[in-house]
Amino acid sequence: MTRVFVSRDMASVALGADEVAQAFEAAGCEVIRTGSRGLFSIEPLVEVEQNGARVGFGPVEPGDVAAVLDGSHAARLGDVSALPFFAGQQRFTFARCGVIDPLCPEDYAAHGGWRGLDAARAIPPQAVVDAVKASGLRGRGGAGFPTGIKWQTVLDAVSDAKFIVCNADEGDSGTFADRMLMEGDPFCLIEGMAIAGHAVGADHGYVYIRSEYPFAIATMREAITMSAERIAPFALEVRVGAGAYVCGEETALLDSIEGKRGQVRAKPPLPALAGLFGQPTVINNVLSLAAVPFILSEGAEAYAAVGFGRSRGTMPVQLAGNVKHGGLYEIGFGITLGELVNGIGGGTASGRPVRAVQVGGPLGAYFPPSMFNLPFDYEAFAQAGGLIGHAGITVFDDSVDMAHMARFAMEFCSVESCGKCTPCRIGSTRGVEVMDRIIAARDAQPVATERVGGGLAKALYSCAPDRNDSGLEPQTALLRDLCDTMKYGSLCALGGFTPYPVLSALDHFPEDFGAPAPVKEAAA
Amino acid sequence: MKQDKAVDEATRLIEDWTRVHGRTRDRLLPLLHWLQEEIGYVDDPAVPAIARALNLSRADVHGVVTFYHDFRRAPAGRHVVKLCRAESCQARGGAAMEAEATARLGVAMGETRRDGQVTLEPVYCLGLCAIGPNALVDGRPIARIDAAALERIVQEVSA
Repeated sequence: MTRVFVSRDMASVALGADEVAQAFEAAGCEVIRTGSRGLFSIEPLVEVEQNGARVGFGPVEPGDVAAVLDGSHAARLGDVSALPFFAGQQRFTFARCGVIDPLCPEDYAAHGGWRGLDAARAIPPQAVVDAVKASGLRGRGGAGFPTGIKWQTVLDAVSDAKFIVCNADEGDSGTFADRMLMEGDPFCLIEGMAIAGHAVGADHGYVYIRSEYPFAIATMREAITMSAERIAPFALEVRVGAGAYVCGEETALLDSIEGKRGQVRAKPPLPALAGLFGQPTVINNVLSLAAVPFILSEGAEAYAAVGFGRSRGTMPVQLAGNVKHGGLYEIGFGITLGELVNGIGGGTASGRPVRAVQVGGPLGAYFPPSMFNLPFDYEAFAQAGGLIGHAGITVFDDSVDMAHMARFAMEFCSVESCGKCTPCRIGSTRGVEVMDRIIAARDAQPVATERVGGGLAKALYSCAPDRNDSGLEPQTALLRDLCDTMKYGSLCALGGFTPYPVLSALDHFPEDFGAPAPVKEAAA
Repeated sequence: MKQDKAVDEATRLIEDWTRVHGRTRDRLLPLLHWLQEEIGYVDDPAVPAIARALNLSRADVHGVVTFYHDFRRAPAGRHVVKLCRAESCQARGGAAMEAEATARLGVAMGETRRDGQVTLEPVYCLGLCAIGPNALVDGRPIARIDAAALERIVQEVSA
């Protein structure tokens, strides 16, 4: 019987992979459902096994079965891993994704699975923490905090109960690496969490998954049941979020698991000392935990050997939005933004010029093409007024209205604010109003008005536009003031980082805010 | 009385569930998810029953139900269309599709059509960001929504 591989990833299914798989089954093939390899322009991808090798075809429609099976289909890709998109990658974390059946324990073990856990359990907890420290692994969820330091704090904490919490509430638009890993290689995350449990002395863990990822929830639940014996005495359970973006913030996530509103906690105390149910807790992102099995099985040096500056190892970059070759591209830090967008991504899907890219989700900065020489590195991005965040890159062509995107950033913050702190809760609402006035003034004939002071108080508490202040200049001054207040006064990244997209849009694309266009962007 | 019967029913369901899954506070979100799955929404009369079952105040439960976008306090339409409003879908023409969808379906974003046929809801990212604009139609993901795809969705939820 011919063996055929078709992805069961949510993105592939959204493009019709289920129908394609059914058509191959009806034709008498043995269909193995894998995760996605991560290049969506070739999904639904079908790989046909011939003499032990896999020959790819994509995109494939249900009516293409006969042409694919006799090899005459025009979308023949050959060895998928040899395609330029894949050949340039350094796949540490996603090595198995798209290759194996995500819910086949034998497949997982045959591809190097559980070797990291076995290696970890053969050495004392401190040695595991030391390996993670030596690897240089930093949190892959956004802030880039050293993972080993976090684990050390929890290991050193004295308590009867400790917890491992996986933050799988990746809600950033433009990111899908967590979803792909949970759907395509769930045992990898489970193994990483079990290693963390051994390292810090925790025997219980939670995977908190956002409800917008129903496929990931189902796959993780099944995988946890299947691996319960393998990871014992460590035990895991899935918790499902309920549509609140702010629960991706670690302290809000902990409150949510505890059955409360997902509101941000003021720090200190750090979750490492007083986290879930008040106990010492390791809380890491999916990608951080999924990087750990590689570090333990291949060695910290192998991981640290790749990277740039203090950003070690690989980053699964997600090319999204209006991009020709969108998908997941795992590579060592240091690659430039331009190489990613224009080289690997191939520019826009619409064929129009790239005008802006947003890096790091809805709280990330917008960059113009003049800044495309920026290397992918936590420090370099911070210096350029942005953040890597979850490494999502959303590409926009020249039809984008950046004032509209700035307004959307404020609107998103107001919809998703947990409400605990005033700068975020009220500031975002005022921000939408200010943006509305800026857009209205821009679209009308701009009239010169004098600059006004007292922006801060006005920004927070005045919703009625002062007739004399409705001109562009006072409004943009007000916007900057408001962003300043949100940045320095908010409890967490939602309010604190919303100024990144807003101000970067204003700074790099002033013409969309009715101000004169920059004469010539200086080289960075 | 119809209302009392609904309350009795909810109370019984909640009691059954908590006997199996426990009564600690951290069971609240799983309980709400389950209840919504069973009944379709978390109605107000269920709130005191939940509060009793988990030894919480009504305000506690009300606060949680109203905090999370997922929990409904009224029944949804027969079909639920969730349309992504986030940046990646916007970069691929999502805003135009959103306008088109509200017009074609005859219902505003976040609302249920009067005839109860369809609920249209915003969602902020389904993680399908390179193939937008995206939607979940009765839980089924649909990518690259253009005029033709939207037409198919309209037909499907009108049936």
